[in-house]
Order: sequence, then C-alpha cells, then structure tokens
Amino acid sequence: MRHLLSIEDLDRPAIERIVARAMSFAEVSDREIKKVPALRGRMVLNLFYEASTRTRSSFELAAKRLSADVVNFVASGSSVEKGESLKDTVLTLSAHKPDAIVLRTPWAGAAELVSRWCPAAIVNAGDGKHEHPTQALLDVYTLNRHLGPIDGASIWIVGDVAHSRVARSNIIAFQRMGARVTLAGPPTLIPRGVQELGCDVRYTLDELDSADVVYALRMQRERMNETWVPSLREYASCYQIDGRRLHPRQVLMHPGPVNRGVELCGEVVDSPQALITAQVEAGVVVRMAVLYELLAGPREPRVPAATVLAERLAT
Amino acid sequence: MSVPPLVHGPQQPADLLLRDVHVTDPRSMLDARRDVSVRGGSIVQIAEAGSLDGDGEQELIEGEGRLRLLPAFVDPHVHLRTPGQEHRENLQTGTRAAAAGGYCAVIAMPNTDPVLDAAPLLRSLRDAAAREACISVGFLPAITRGLLGEQLTEMAELRREGALGFSDDGRGVQSAGMLRKALQYQRLCGGVLALHEEDETLSHGGCMNEGVVSAALGLSGIPTVSESTMVARDAALAGYEGARVHFQHLSCAASVDAVAEAKARGFRVSAEVAPHHLLLTEQDVRGLDTRMKMHPPLATETDRQTLIAGLLAGTIDCIATDHAPHARDEKEVPFEQAPMGTTGLETAFAALYSGLVLTGVLSLSLLVQRLSDGARLFDLPTPLIAPGAAANMTLVDLDAVWVAGEHGWESRSENCCFAGQALRGRVMLTLCDGSVVYRERAFAMAAL
Repeated sequence: MRHLLSIEDLDRPAIERIVARAMSFAEVSDREIKKVPALRGRMVLNLFYEASTRTRSSFELAAKRLSADVVNFVASGSSVEKGESLKDTVLTLSAHKPDAIVLRTPWAGAAELVSRWCPAAIVNAGDGKHEHPTQALLDVYTLNRHLGPIDGASIWIVGDVAHSRVARSNIIAFQRMGARVTLAGPPTLIPRGVQELGCDVRYTLDELDSADVVYALRMQRERMNETWVPSLREYASCYQIDGRRLHPRQVLMHPGPVNRGVELCGEVVDSPQALITAQVEAGVVVRMAVLYELLAGPREPRVPAATVLAERLAT
Repeated sequence: MSVPPLVHGPQQPADLLLRDVHVTDPRSMLDARRDVSVRGGSIVQIAEAGSLDGDGEQELIEGEGRLRLLPAFVDPHVHLRTPGQEHRENLQTGTRAAAAGGYCAVIAMPNTDPVLDAAPLLRSLRDAAAREACISVGFLPAITRGLLGEQLTEMAELRREGALGFSDDGRGVQSAGMLRKALQYQRLCGGVLALHEEDETLSHGGCMNEGVVSAALGLSGIPTVSESTMVARDAALAGYEGARVHFQHLSCAASVDAVAEAKARGFRVSAEVAPHHLLLTEQDVRGLDTRMKMHPPLATETDRQTLIAGLLAGTIDCIATDHAPHARDEKEVPFEQAPMGTTGLETAFAALYSGLVLTGVLSLSLLVQRLSDGARLFDLPTPLIAPGAAANMTLVDLDAVWVAGEHGWESRSENCCFAGQALRGRVMLTLCDGSVVYRERAFAMAAL
C-alpha cells in the first residue's frame, strides 16, 4: 500500500490486515513506555486545512508511539486567502522530505491530487464530504473488538448523511466486511442516488429495532442556517437516539464530537452500550497500523507521477 | 442594423484549386468528388473531379478523392475571455483555436471583465476583433447590466453597434419579471435572447450533476430540474410575449422535452447542445478531473441519449461548443474549487465524428449541418459550398487519427475534456470569408 486515499482502495483482506495489526499495537498503549521504534527517523507531516483536534492529535500520537518525527502544519484560513494554492503549499512542504503527509481538507479528491504532486505517502484524513478512511477503519476495528466479525450484522447510520464523509467511508467499509447498512435521516439530508452504494434508506426510525449497531452522525449546527431541517428541536424529536429508541441489545457509535441533546440524548452517551470512547481509543492504534503499513516496509524510491513523466519527456 | 454583424482581422483573399476533394454540403445537395476553384476569395467553379487545371496563380491542393471539403462551422457560443481575462484566452488565440477546429465564425459571450454591457465596450471590442481575430466574430452583449439580473442593458444602442443578440450566459436571468421586460423590449430592438437556464436556488453550491456519482463522491449536486424548470418557464414567457429566444447548452432530457413542447405550441424557440453533453456523462466525473467540470454539468446516460435524439429530431437546432478556457493554475486545484468549463473548439468535429458518426448514431451530413446551423439562428449567412459564394470551407482528413492535445493547443488554455483521447478526423485547412485562416502544420509543409 502506497497511500491511503479512499476506503474504496482497500479490499476485505487489506482491511482485516490493518485491523489485525492495530490489535497487536493495542498492547503498546498499555505499556509503561508507550513507544516502539518501528518508524524511527521517519517524518510524518500533518497538514490540516480544517479545524480538527481529535483526528490530528490521534495521528500525532500514533506517529509518536511509533517513534516517528511529527510536524504539524495548520493552514489557517488566512494562508489560503494570501493566495497560496494547495499545490504550492504541498510543494513547499515536500521540500522538507516528509515520508508521509496526513492531509485534511474541505475538498473532495484533494488527497488524491496531492499524491500526484509529491513523493510522500499520503493519508487522507478527510477530504470534504468525500471520505475519511481511517475513521472507517477504526470503526470496523471497534466493532470487531466488541462484537467480533460483523458479517450479516445490521448497521444503521442515522443523521446528516449528505454532509458526512464518515458516512460515505463507513457505508463502503461496513459492507465490505459483510454488514448490511441502512441510512436514516431527514429526506433533505439523504443524498439522491445514495442507494446505488448498496444500502437501504429510511426516513424514520420506526424500524430501528432491527439494527445491531446504531451509528449516529453529528448534526452540525451551521446546517440550520441553510434550513435543511426546520429546527434542531424537530430534528431531535424525529432522529435523536435516546433510551426509548436504543434497544439494550444494540451498541451505539458516534464519530464525535457529540452534540448532547441533539443527535444523542445524554443518557445513552453515558450508557455502557456506547462505544464512543472506545472509538477514540481505537483511533490511535488503527492510525499506528496505517502509518506502519505505509512506512515500515522496505523503502522504495518514491517519485511522483508528474516527475516520472517529466523525465520521460526529457529523454 | 447599421454595422456589419461579424468582424474579422485583415485577410488575404485566397486563390486555390482544390482538386479531387470529396465535397459534402447537404445544403448544396453535394456529396461527391469535385474540383473546387477559388479565386479572390470566392468559389468560382465546382466541376467534375480531375477536370480543372491550375493556371499557375492558384495554389494547388490535391485531395486524391480522400480529403473532405465541408462548409465551415459556425459556433454560436464561445468564450473569448476578452476583455479582462486574457490569461485564459484572447481574440487571437480564441479565433485561431476556432479556425483549427474548422470554424469560420463564432459568437462570443459577454461574461468578461468588465461585462460586455455597454455600447462603448462593444465598439472597442469590435475594433480589437477587426485587428486581431483570424475568423469572423460576433458578440452577444449582456441582457442585464453586469449580469446582475436587475436592470436591462441599453439594448437598442447595443444593437446599433452590432450586437447580434443578448445573453446573460454564465448565469440565468433569475427573475421572470426581469426576463419578461427583455422579451418585450425585443420588439423595439430585435436580436435573439440567448438564455443560460439555471435556477440558482436549486443549483446553489453544486459542482456536478446530482445523482449516483455525486452521492458517491460526496459532492454537492446540481439537479437537472434547475435547468429544465427554467427552460419551461422561459418558453412560456417567450410564447406569451411572442418573443424569440434561444436556449443555450441543453444538458438534460427534461429540457429537451420542454423545448419540444414549446416548439409544438409554435413558440419561437431554438436550442443548442454542446459536444461534451453529447459524448460524456457524470460517470466521467468519477476521477474528479477538473476538465470534466462544466456548467451545466455532465448528466446521465439517459440524458445524453435524449440529447442525441433531440438533435436528430431537430428539437435541438445546432451544436455549440461553449468553449470555456481556464488557465492551468485555475484548474489545477481540488474539484470543488475549480472553475467550470471546458475548451471545445479544436476538438468538436473530431470528437463528434469519432463518437457519433463512426458509431453510426449520426450521419456526417447531419453533423455538418448541425455544426453550422447556429448561423441561421442568429440571422447570419450560412456557409455554403456553391459557385459565387465566399469561401467558408474546411478541408478535413477523416482518416487521420490524432491524440487530442498531444501537440499542444491553439487555444491559450488546455482544459479540454477530450484531451488525451484518440480522435479520428483532422482539420487540415480552413477558409473564412475567402481567406486561408488555418493550415495543419504537416499539411502546410506538403502544400508549399
């Protein structure tokens, strides 16, 4: 594996391999000295165009536990306003010769684009509303730890699917691991054509009982300004996961940060059915596994496609 | 109109003998091998193949029965980006690109910087075109000032200065009341109103067609109804006012239906379609190549088939490229950030010939007609291969295979959605208003 751009690029054995490796790294987190020297001397660069505390710190922690050097580069809104393009930023930073770039941007396909411009291994840490593959991997990992294999399991993803990269990556990953996925949410927030990804769509939670896993999405307050739903109050009355809706048999997941009282009721967040903190914990070990997978192998010369082409044209 | 509708730069009338070329001009009922003699820029004689000899003053071009001579094409929808965006295209590069695509005339859109919305601007632009344009250019100034949809431009004065018609291309006229005033005003000044149809409350924020692919990619979609509802609305307005309107770059099945219905009611409407909408679909956007980002967006296969059917049936009157150059830096960004548009002048014929004629969907003669029918819609003379006519012709090698963009472009920009595709059919020579305005490089060598 050269990059992790999309969960689409991983088949089931690849996902299983990463999850298995993450399981072996889990033990490291329990040690007194939480570090292994696997990536000593390698540099991981976190390039974030969007505010993110958890994903960034999770990647940072993962890289440090593998003894890699970490540089954080937060491209503030102003640096974009100053006119530097994504390409120029990436070219500038790649002059520092990072082995991997962890990239978060508000634009779909940006990670793939960057992989063409620079020789580092690229990890997509969220590209617009497109994908968030490490989130999907850590969710699969979390479910494997708590439920075992998820073949045949019914997973409901509830909420603002339209604006969620987490939903998109998870639909693919869960199905690849044998689960059945149902999307539920307000009709204004379920994108037209999404059934083609192989999932069912419901506009109410009437059949939520059939789910083994309830995966709630964050309802972003800024969506209210764009009138996707009449009010948060009405949203909560229709889609909030609370003690009445969540069956004791079911487990609850959420990518964070949680809006208590909106998509989740406080009582279920604090219940033992919630795997939310387990997901955060899984984030570090899964990202360790991803970085290990990308960087620990024999070092092949990494040359961006554009350079290869330029050289070919020159000869 | 007090000034000629089209302008071009200084030219040198050609003296040519095109010997044994296969002439295909459905309007002249010609589809046979002929000798065509051009003197002083006019077609003086069309005779049996091999029957004419050059007199030494004419340049001799041997078609060997293989090269096709077609009436040159007319594109009623291009962006020449002048004034203000010359880093994308200018009058010279844009018209050269057109000549290389076999065109003898193009109509430029007003969404420049500043917007072409006042007579002095139009005058200076026509003056510039009279120096720099290598083929004929006409202009459509804006319907509303600054394309803001709030106030009519001085349409009557613009018409006196040579406006072929009016368009707010790039944006739709959002307010029905505003458009109605323009339609009424047309009774005074004439000129076709060419309409970019888009309801911005439906398309807002979208960057590709709404559907399966946008759902998979997590991109905000533009629903096809954002176009088709406006086509239906404006057809109704045109019918009510008895006005003449032209629908630009139709992209979906519902719009074709709306145009068909308006025509059936006898409304004075016409429509165009772009090569990319006839050949590509939203599936081509999956790779997030920004050259596939255009406005209106590529839609589904059903839409594509309906557009083709509409073109065959005559519901859609002509093919227009919507040639929309953007600089490399502007397109070399994530898909959502990229501006919309693809260049098209240099590839239109070859792409359509390869994709629709060679596959048996369209006949060559119908393609040739639809590539120049835009002229008639804007009251311009239609290129004709007939004795006495000015030479507006293009010579094409239908067997030549070339990879689009492999030798660069005549356009200042390279954002062509067909780049890298192997195409059949290469323009070797183009004549505009009696002068040779383009020669394919290798062909130029052979001729000299």
